[in-house]
Amino acid sequence: MVDWLIYLAASLAGVAFLLALARFIKGPKATDRVVAFDVLTIISITGIVLVALAEGRAIYLDVALVYALLSFLGVIVIARYLERGF
Amino acid sequence: MMRRLRDSLVLFATLLLFWVMLMGSLAADTLIVGVMASLVIALLFPDGLSFFTEFRATPRAFLAGFLYYGYFLKELVKSNLTLAAIVVSPSLPIDPGIVKVRTRLKSRMGRLMLANSITLTPGTLTVELEGEWLYVHWVRMESADIDAATARIVAGFEHYLEVMYG
Amino acid sequence: MGAILDIIGGLLMVAGTAFLLLGGLGLIRMPDVYNRIQAGTKATTLGTLLTLAGVACLRPEWLLKLLLIGFFMLFTNPLSSQVLARAAHRIGEDKAPATRIDRLAEDLGDKS
Repeated sequence: MVDWLIYLAASLAGVAFLLALARFIKGPKATDRVVAFDVLTIISITGIVLVALAEGRAIYLDVALVYALLSFLGVIVIARYLERGF
Repeated sequence: MMRRLRDSLVLFATLLLFWVMLMGSLAADTLIVGVMASLVIALLFPDGLSFFTEFRATPRAFLAGFLYYGYFLKELVKSNLTLAAIVVSPSLPIDPGIVKVRTRLKSRMGRLMLANSITLTPGTLTVELEGEWLYVHWVRMESADIDAATARIVAGFEHYLEVMYG
Repeated sequence: MGAILDIIGGLLMVAGTAFLLLGGLGLIRMPDVYNRIQAGTKATTLGTLLTLAGVACLRPEWLLKLLLIGFFMLFTNPLSSQVLARAAHRIGEDKAPATRIDRLAEDLGDKS
């Protein structure tokens, strides 16, 4: 039962990832892509935590934390760049 | 001077708390590394904001903090259900606008928390912060009037944050 | 007892990822960048928090680290969406035709 729920959750997250990826590819503007990128990273963090659960390895949680940190910095830097880039 | 020292100490304590939570142990060697790293960061960034900067450590402030998080989580769930209803309905019933609201909060951390809270709650997104004025994007605008919008968006959080940070 | 907690955790995870799905859907359907930020980041923040809570039910020994990730997301997600919204407004990103009013643009117009 629980395994089944975990698989369901993972597939829902996968579909969400594909939807955000569609927006990322479609654009049309750079800001739309950055928003899509932000959402993609949030979904990926959930994905990493789900992998940690499936594999039973707590070390992956550290990976998720560092990934969250780096993607946050990345989005801030890209946003600052967009403000004065054009 | 005293205030800066206090802010640095608060930043140091917060960093150390996060380090201990991250390592999940209180062994001497990890603690020494954590103390050294937190000390260096607190000295390098004397203006660094941390979670408890400018927090008024009174019993009333702690109580307001708990109530604030309860209220915040309630609003977060409510906001998501509202947005979910908008997203799944075929006609996409949105009515957006960018309104201007005013806050009474004076402290930096209080204003930051307010802007964050507004961003995560029902259909509102802080676009620009300028002194006591906030510009807020509203998915379903209810009023363009400054006072009415302030009462609707800001008042609920301000009530708690005023006690916590001032 | 443990079995019931497991089921609750699984259901929380499914609810959380359902919100992720709604966030993705909002990202596709909304007409302009501000509405996309709203639909995208809000739903995914709650979705992540619910999923983390579900994992915490299944693995109580991971609670501290999951709390840390949750707090971190709770603080950084609104910040990055605010910075993005500000950048979009500063470079004059198009607003949906339905947008009724823009006080920020009005005030900026007054100053210049």
